[in-house]
Amino acid sequence: MTKTMRGLVQMSCAALIAMSPMAAFAQDWEPRRPIDFTIMAGPGGGADQIARFIQSVAEQYDMTNRPLVPTNRGGGSGAEALIHVSSTSDPDHTILVTLNSFFTTPLRQENLGIDIQTFTPVAMMGVDPFVLWVHTDSGITNFEQFLQQVRSMDGEFVMGGTGTGQEDSIVIAFMSGAYDLDINYIPYDGGGAVARDLAGQQIMATVNNPAEAKGFYEAGQFVPLVAFSDERLPAYPDVPTMREMGHDFSYYNQRAVVGAPGMSDEAAAYYADLFTRIYESDEWQAYLESESLSPLWMNADEQRAYWATQVESHRELLASLGE
Amino acid sequence: MEILSLLGGGMLLALQPLNLALILIGVTVGLFIGAMPGLGSVNGVAILLPITFLVPPSGAIIFLAAIYYGAMYGGAISSITLGIPGASTAVATTFDGRPLARQGRASLALVTAAIASFIGGTVANVFFTAFAPLLASVALAFGPPEIFALMLLAFATFVGLGGDDIPKTIFSICFGLVLGAIGFDQISGAPRLVLFDMNGFLQGIGFLVLAIGVYGIGEMIWTIDQARGEVETSTPKMTMRGMASDAAEATRRGWKGTAIGSVLGFFVGILPAAGATPASLMSYGVAKMMSRVPEEFGRGNPDGVAAPEAANNSASTGSMLPMLTLGIPGSPTTAILLGGMVIWGLTPGPLLFVQETEFVWGLIGSFYISNVAALLINLAFIPLFIWMLRMPFTILAPMIFVLSIAGGYAATRDMFDIWLIVIFGLGAFVLRRFDYPLAPAVLAIVLGPIAEPTLRQSLLLSSGDPSIFFTRPIAGPITVVALILLLLPALKLLRRRRGKAEDGAA
Amino acid sequence: MRNGEIFVAGILALFSVYLMVKSAELPIGFVSGRGPGGGAWPFWLSAIMLVCCGFIAFNWWRGTSPPSRSEEPFLDSYGWRMVITVGGALIVFVALIEVISMYGAIAVFLLYYLRFLGRHSWGLSLTISLATPLIFFFFFEGAMRITMPTGLPFTDPLFDLLYEIIY
Repeated sequence: MTKTMRGLVQMSCAALIAMSPMAAFAQDWEPRRPIDFTIMAGPGGGADQIARFIQSVAEQYDMTNRPLVPTNRGGGSGAEALIHVSSTSDPDHTILVTLNSFFTTPLRQENLGIDIQTFTPVAMMGVDPFVLWVHTDSGITNFEQFLQQVRSMDGEFVMGGTGTGQEDSIVIAFMSGAYDLDINYIPYDGGGAVARDLAGQQIMATVNNPAEAKGFYEAGQFVPLVAFSDERLPAYPDVPTMREMGHDFSYYNQRAVVGAPGMSDEAAAYYADLFTRIYESDEWQAYLESESLSPLWMNADEQRAYWATQVESHRELLASLGE
Repeated sequence: MEILSLLGGGMLLALQPLNLALILIGVTVGLFIGAMPGLGSVNGVAILLPITFLVPPSGAIIFLAAIYYGAMYGGAISSITLGIPGASTAVATTFDGRPLARQGRASLALVTAAIASFIGGTVANVFFTAFAPLLASVALAFGPPEIFALMLLAFATFVGLGGDDIPKTIFSICFGLVLGAIGFDQISGAPRLVLFDMNGFLQGIGFLVLAIGVYGIGEMIWTIDQARGEVETSTPKMTMRGMASDAAEATRRGWKGTAIGSVLGFFVGILPAAGATPASLMSYGVAKMMSRVPEEFGRGNPDGVAAPEAANNSASTGSMLPMLTLGIPGSPTTAILLGGMVIWGLTPGPLLFVQETEFVWGLIGSFYISNVAALLINLAFIPLFIWMLRMPFTILAPMIFVLSIAGGYAATRDMFDIWLIVIFGLGAFVLRRFDYPLAPAVLAIVLGPIAEPTLRQSLLLSSGDPSIFFTRPIAGPITVVALILLLLPALKLLRRRRGKAEDGAA
Repeated sequence: MRNGEIFVAGILALFSVYLMVKSAELPIGFVSGRGPGGGAWPFWLSAIMLVCCGFIAFNWWRGTSPPSRSEEPFLDSYGWRMVITVGGALIVFVALIEVISMYGAIAVFLLYYLRFLGRHSWGLSLTISLATPLIFFFFFEGAMRITMPTGLPFTDPLFDLLYEIIY
């Protein structure tokens, strides 16, 4: 996890320009039936919210001649979605909204026989940073106090998350390793349940995307302690990053759209054009800002390269988790 | 007083001509979506979300709330007329609704369900209006141990649901629980019980797959076998006067169940993770326990329709509470409503209730209006549903099969699950012939995936010490009551069996 | 019924054992300080299922459960014919979905059931079995936006046309 995102972000403008000739080319192909818009997570989570937001933008501006039909297939950390998309009989009308389980699930479930490099890159809509949160009533206001508290509780400090091997558990595992912490990790079935139990102080801290904790932060119930991003988040300028603490670590959840394996070049160009327009819409740009997502635009080749590096870094992270 | 004026403003907003039209359309659409096996409010809400761009956000949320209410009423319709619970919340409604329909009293069952739903929804709305912020803090006090204790309490009501054959009932409960464990282990993240190493099992087995298999296929084949080729000759008639007398009878014979369901349903509904299914089940169990004629339950007692229907409406309204006060979805449907709020530029969270008063009270006001609209529209459509029942059985039966398969696919979008539905259906027919009660399995597959993770989360919290269920101030009493209830009927049944055995010997 | 009762109990017992074996792929014991392992819940429940099968067999031997005393056959000739014609039709129906699409399979199933099992007139049978899939198409695809399987590629021209109509 040592690559910097900034360089890639700067390339986004270049990529957008490179897209424009493709837009004309894309007119040749149009979907003939409803587009299977599979979501790699259950209803209500961050990925689901984003997918439905994208759908509503497309709907609002009437961008597609056939509707995007969102379907939640969150089972088995996204294994269900990966199997469904890779075995579809109609790859030209099947696209997938991914998160990092796109990388981790095939690694953890090798018997699925999923090779993500066979999927078709479409668009990287942004990356979602992670932040460490505690409840206001805990009295903890900075990361130092958090460390003291965890150490003084000697294994009794309870953190909630969405499950071993999931994004937040990777961050927590890194933190435990880097600071030699003994944390009691409780898996939940979704980010909403985790936020709820932190609000009810059933658990003491979580690592969560800003989008899922924002409401509680604004209500003064959650306190952000440290961000796992490359630079400080604009919405949380006082929250230090893990890099500032001297650890070369940042972690983001990808919010990308990919096409089914075997999608034709024409269809891939159509979807790339479609999602470029959605990405550039005022709605999406406002969403990126309000939910603290970082832009990370890439063209198809860059996305494939990004996948390869992500798979490698996740392989190492999972190995260090003991998976 | 301030609350009343806010609520009044909300109701006035809902009564504006455009919004009122949206409510009427939404309720009607919701009613039919809810009545289709396999489809529920989540379909209606998700799919109609884009349409809401045509109207202002307040109108949109009112429209969605109307669909939500309509679908809740509609769930009872397929339970009663077709015998297929379209949603897990309507399973308990089949216990007495189906026998009533078989006796030619479908209209009584439908009217009872409609009135009970209305009262349940209204009671919940009043609680909601008066105590929302207070109740939100109660809901937050429920962590994993409390939820597990509650599930234990729900299981206690199972004991009374099975047949006379205790080993077969226990088998059925455990079978449902094990089916619910298929897929991934939430705590370790490892794949579990991938039967015959088929990848299709990785996603687990949903409630609807088992319910449609058991009720839509298994029960139907059983009925065809029992009917011996004779057309089922219940020709229910439907007149205005008949409906009025049904309404009177529903009130007279179903008020107790309605009262129990309305109150219990709301309190179970507001709790995180619990929701309307355990609420309807527990209300059914309590209504049976408190009835003077418990032996009538399961044979067509209006109280047995009223209790779960009042409860699931009340609980569904209750499940809006965590969404509005905390910004946390209590069900897939509320999750999508929440997504809608983000699109309209609202931030779900604890401040929503304070800052977006017009929006929140507009929604609550529209709950009241939608509830009234749903009652009236539902009553108006009852003759149509009754008419459907009068179709010759040789037309109705294949239509139910087609609805089951198409509805099952709509719910899961997976051919693997359709094959499972057929397999469960044929298996259920065989087990039904040998007196295995299957309703416990259908309910267990809903409750198991709530009970097991909360049990293990609790033990993780306590580092493996089971006393956590007894020492926490809320979990403790619930656990004790649940254990007493679990053991009491078991002892009673044992004594009865011993008595019977002695009679046999004598 | 008496033979069937013990036969079904035996099958269910075997299935319970299989579930126990499958559950045991994950730890089934109590992990100290962490609570039960991932396989414990299904393993012990399957064990209870096995015990229940034992009791069912015991009741069969004592003859206390109604099916174990019943001399009537599991299904008589009418029952067998019904189960095979209806159950078989369902299996063919589901198999056809992946060949001639959900709507095609519905039409074939309804026609078979109404005409040959229900003995309705050709006119009525054809009307219902053609109208139903059409209504379903507009309801599911048009109103609910749920895409159903379209079968093998040879159905594509028809569906392209239908989608052209509704969108």
